[in-house]
Amino acid sequence: MLPLNGYLMLTGCVSHRIAPAGTSPIDLLAAREQMAISLGWHIILACLGVGMPALTLFAEWRAVRTGEQAYRLLAHRWAKAMGVLFAVGAVSGTILSFEMGLLWPGMMSRYGQVIGLPFALEGIAFFIEAIFLGIYLYAWDRLPPRQHLLSGIPIVVAGVCSAFFVVTANAWMNQPRGFDLTNGTVTAVDPWAAMFNPATPPETIHMILAAFMVTGFVIASVYAVALLRGRRDRYHRLGFLIPFTAAAIITPVQIAAGDYAARFLATNQPTKLAAIEGVYHTGSHIPLTVTGIPVGDQLRYGLEIPDGLSLLVGYSPSTVILGLDRVPAPDRPPVGVVHLSFDVMVGIGFAFLLLGIWLGLSWWQRRDLPRSRWFLRAAGVTGIAACCALEAGWVTTEVGRQPWIVWGQMRTADAVNPAPGLVVGLVAVLAVYVVMTIGTVSVLRRMARSHRLVAATPDAGAGGDR
Amino acid sequence: MSLAQWSITVLWIGLTLYALLAGADFGGGFWDLFAGTSRGGRPQRELIEHSIGPIWEANHVWLIFVIVLLWTAFPTVFAAVMSTLYIPLTLAALGIIVRGAAFAFRKASDELGLQRLFGAAFALSSVLTPFFLGTVAGGIASGRVPLGLAAGDLLTSWWNPTSVLGGTLAVGTAAYLATTYLCADAVREGRHELAEAFRRRALVTGIVLGAVALGGIVVLHTDAPRLFDGLTHRALPLVIASAVAGVASLLLVLRRRYLLVRVTAALAVTTVLWGWALAQYPYLLPPAATAGVTIAAGAANPAVLSATLIALGVGAALLIPSLLWLFLLFQRRDRVPSTP
Ligand code: HDD
Ligand code: HEM
Ligand code: HEM
Repeated sequence: MLPLNGYLMLTGCVSHRIAPAGTSPIDLLAAREQMAISLGWHIILACLGVGMPALTLFAEWRAVRTGEQAYRLLAHRWAKAMGVLFAVGAVSGTILSFEMGLLWPGMMSRYGQVIGLPFALEGIAFFIEAIFLGIYLYAWDRLPPRQHLLSGIPIVVAGVCSAFFVVTANAWMNQPRGFDLTNGTVTAVDPWAAMFNPATPPETIHMILAAFMVTGFVIASVYAVALLRGRRDRYHRLGFLIPFTAAAIITPVQIAAGDYAARFLATNQPTKLAAIEGVYHTGSHIPLTVTGIPVGDQLRYGLEIPDGLSLLVGYSPSTVILGLDRVPAPDRPPVGVVHLSFDVMVGIGFAFLLLGIWLGLSWWQRRDLPRSRWFLRAAGVTGIAACCALEAGWVTTEVGRQPWIVWGQMRTADAVNPAPGLVVGLVAVLAVYVVMTIGTVSVLRRMARSHRLVAATPDAGAGGDR
Repeated sequence: MSLAQWSITVLWIGLTLYALLAGADFGGGFWDLFAGTSRGGRPQRELIEHSIGPIWEANHVWLIFVIVLLWTAFPTVFAAVMSTLYIPLTLAALGIIVRGAAFAFRKASDELGLQRLFGAAFALSSVLTPFFLGTVAGGIASGRVPLGLAAGDLLTSWWNPTSVLGGTLAVGTAAYLATTYLCADAVREGRHELAEAFRRRALVTGIVLGAVALGGIVVLHTDAPRLFDGLTHRALPLVIASAVAGVASLLLVLRRRYLLVRVTAALAVTTVLWGWALAQYPYLLPPAATAGVTIAAGAANPAVLSATLIALGVGAALLIPSLLWLFLLFQRRDRVPSTP
């Protein structure tokens, strides 16, 4: 059992504390992994659900304005892919709302009412999104072009709203507000104060920007691969340039938003920041450590920038940073996972920035993509990289919150379903997700391939793929 | 009415809509499963796919609505139900995933082998999902879910006579609702041979469903005496109304009045659901071995209930016109001869 226990400690699962009677550590671990897998899966689809309608509408708007075939074709194809992605995203979201109760009844029993409102609002937003998506996808030639374009706008607005609402619930888990607790039961509740808790602005801004970045880079990377294979017509160039430019423009804004999120942690969740940066001891002149692994109570083998963290947080090397030693050992999140996933996210963010600058320079000089094939090769992996940054960010946030499920109020181990056999559920969910992943990818690839066949036959217009 | 009563009423409206709209969708999958070989069953499958396609996404949202409202308005009851009935609910959740994904994949793939694979997954999960949801209803209604976290028996809470009855009724109802929709759709598309095929099925399913419901009375008498008592006393008018509506829809099917059947079939389902609610009123979790939980006792803080109800009201004002536009667009589509 030693390796398992080691793993549990590593992920902050037991953190020297015995789970309540009834839940074995294995079942607790299974519940957390199941939640992580289903959320990690859903979030990618959700990001595409938020971002794709905007890009599709942009292409359709250009098509209406210029009458150019390439734009029309892009809008049609993105819309078709959006239909599949939305359906899969919706079902993967449905299972999440089940899991809130199936896996974490302890949290929902006490706090379900506190975070209920944003989820109810989210439900309305989803519903609007689904209705207008239905109209948009199926009424392409039943509505005049301008009306059809307008019918897409509610999809964009509702998508952004739903991302906002759901992330406020997560923000509440980090900064629980808006309720009174008497003897373990929630008495007075102010659902609006719970929704607009202090963590809401940094988290929602960062998340919504991430959704657009992920969408932009994922789509762009598909076309980058096509360009690399020599399909350099206007359709493919536009298919690359529109989403890539959008995402590249958002990147610096996102870095600023991430900086804001980190600064917020310094004042509001110092223990999480300490885990993110591997700060074990409170003090001034704290360095910024890039990569590195925790050994004993320090980060080893990393690149240290002297006074870096103190400077970043307070613009002065004498800024005091609160370390993990401020809280008792059982209340500390695991440093290794949190620190490394944070570095992955930030590293990818800055890599995107460089890539955007590369394109910007080349465009400024000669109104064209960089000549080097390395640019397209790098652009071809931005999709996967963006998804990695997204997942890494969520791991930072969620594992950095451990051992709390509701920061400072309720431990994850006290929230989990005490029923035995959660491991079996994990295995079943895992199997379904593997199959669903293969299915989604292969269907999208098939779709792309049949589009290519259609495009190869002469005079296949925009209607040809429908 | 109190805020808590308003909340459960709104929740029950959501549940009714889910049963009616998604129920018909599940039923579509049921008939897909029994449509026969891939060649022979093709016209039927196409009709089913065509009827489900456009509005499927919107129908699906009702379940999420019910779940979210349950945890917001009655958090302890939600936790008790989800933790005790963990097994059937996990299976139902997986069924929903498989069903939705497989439907989308089948629509998007053009190869027979793949279509068959996704089709089978879609059809099978369409039958299993309502069954498990029905067992959940049976477990709650027969008082097998006590308050607390996983405090009930993990197996017998959903594998018992009332639950099996609930599951069977759910599958049967879904299948029946679907036939009534499919008959009307087939007629509208001028596919009279398909309409006839589904009419036969509607008759058979309707009769079987009626027989199961009658037999169910015996099951409830022994297995869930409190529920039986409620159904035969306070909720009796609704039970009778349901029986009348059920018989009426069979007669209407016989006379091929498919549009009217939709109304009576929906009425039969609605009255059963509200009859159940009335039979166990004022309990959310009816008492059996343990004391139950009433609507008032299980309710969340009034500030939460009022904020949620107001938000839902505003939401409805946005949703209803949008939904009407969606339905109108699709009805109109079917009247205009499809332009190439
Ligand atoms: C495309 C994805 C992406 C990129 C490029 C970045 N992030 Fe990020 N980050 C996320 C996607 C993300 C996220 C969507 O996964 C998270 C998880 C929770 C949240 O609100 O956003 C997140 C969380 C998150 C947190 C934790 C917030 C909390 O727990 O309250 C911090 C401190 C940062 N990020 C900081 C940064 C910095 C300094 C970046 C500079 C390069 C950065 N992020 C780039
Ligand atoms: C409203 C949004 C969210 C809510 C309410 C939420 C809720 C939860 C809950 C209840 C858990 C289990 C307890 C725990 O281990 O902390 C959890 C864990 C986790 N969630 Fe979130 N989550 C949200 C968003 C996300 C998203 C979008 C992701 C995307 C990847 C995510 C990633 C994770 C991960 C990785 C874990 C496992 C943590 C671990 O293993 O230590 N979360 N979340
Ligand atoms: C615990 C966390 C979460 C729960 C319980 C949840 C729940 C759901 C549900 C029930 C659906 C399906 C709605 C429908 O049928 O249309 C859904 C879809 C969606 N969710 Fe989540 N969600 C969670 C996390 C997130 C997060 C963090 C985001 C942030 C962006 C998000 C964004 C979306 C979007 C945009 C959709 C629409 C489907 C699509 O566009 O692909 N969800 N979610």
